Amino acid sequence: RGRANENICELSLVLNFNILSSQLLLLLSAMASDGGVSCLRRSEMMSVGIGGMDSPPLDVDEVHVLAVDDSLVDRIVIERLLRITSCKVTAVDSGWRALEFLGIDNENASAELDESSSFRQVPVVIMSSENVITRIDRCLEEGAEDFLLKPVKLADVKRLRNYLTRDVKLSNGNKRKLPEDSPPLTLSPDSPDSSPPPSTLSPDSSDSSSPPLSPVEIISSQLSSPIDDEDDDVLTSSPESSPSPVRRQKMRSPGLD
Amino acid sequence: MDAHVAQLQMQYRNYILSLYQQGFLDDQFTELKSLQDDGSPDFVAEVLSLFFDDCVKLVGNMARALDQIGTVDFCQVGANVHQLKGSSSSVGAKRVKGLCINFKELCEAKNYEGCVRCLQQVDIEYKTLKAKLQDMFNLEKQIVQAGGIVPQVDIN
Repeated sequence: RGRANENICELSLVLNFNILSSQLLLLLSAMASDGGVSCLRRSEMMSVGIGGMDSPPLDVDEVHVLAVDDSLVDRIVIERLLRITSCKVTAVDSGWRALEFLGIDNENASAELDESSSFRQVPVVIMSSENVITRIDRCLEEGAEDFLLKPVKLADVKRLRNYLTRDVKLSNGNKRKLPEDSPPLTLSPDSPDSSPPPSTLSPDSSDSSSPPLSPVEIISSQLSSPIDDEDDDVLTSSPESSPSPVRRQKMRSPGLD
Repeated sequence: MDAHVAQLQMQYRNYILSLYQQGFLDDQFTELKSLQDDGSPDFVAEVLSLFFDDCVKLVGNMARALDQIGTVDFCQVGANVHQLKGSSSSVGAKRVKGLCINFKELCEAKNYEGCVRCLQQVDIEYKTLKAKLQDMFNLEKQIVQAGGIVPQVDIN
């Protein structure tokens, strides 16, 4: 298509941090560089291990937003918007810095998580200046909680808090409780997706005895090829982001090689 | 109330209204203003300063890219336009944003002449806006120095 500007930073994370004192939300901007495929492929890939089942209840009021945007102007604005809504904010300029902030160490990405850990999903919200319905749909299908159209306003940001008051805790490691109002998984008409719909953490996982973790690879890629929105398989990791494959739990992700 | 302050305040109000009416600013600028308060009194000025720095940088990048006559990388130009479109949108710089929309299409069409012309327009436009906003900030300063407060201007 040659539209070189539709870009979304691919970010799938393995998070293994112990005890968050605040709830984390990832606010991810569509990055303005070449190439790009789909947005954050699966939000279920972002699970946070919290040490021990008896971790203290999270302070629901304290929301920490990790905002990722390569535009300095946008970072300053979003920071201000978030501070006004009493969120703690960390604004970084790239997926890599986001990973640094989260303390992800690729070497340890395959570290075992405590079996009794409960998992909590990190809600992801995408921001973009491009108002393309098919892409918005795709982001939502792939697990983003919401899509904010830039320029972002205070009212948009106030909505974000809602995504942290809902309980999306994973019990038994595998089952993902879908948000009540998640859109049905439909492929929008103009995305001739040949790949199967994203496989969520399979609800029919029968291994309820040992909650398997769901770590996945860290992929932060800003592709340099021209956009092909419909091509799921174009997702390739950028050179620095090929950690040793970690255990994947029932994750059949086309294109994630 | 001091007549001088009142006069400055009216001048300020009219000036702001004209900026909106002439399409220099849009409601995102209003939004930014609403985020400013006593705790962050220079928020708008800071954001705009960053925006204009961005303009200098991005226009420079585009000029360099367009200079490579015969081997212009329109994707590169387009990427810079996209960034400028984004930041102009975020600060409410309506005219600059509008130009960027056209500019993007010209890049996609690989229209060299069109791009060069559009870049010139962008250059003029952001500099014009910068001057206008500088005048606006100066008026604010004058009002404060004269002992008044800067009025909230209702665009509607």
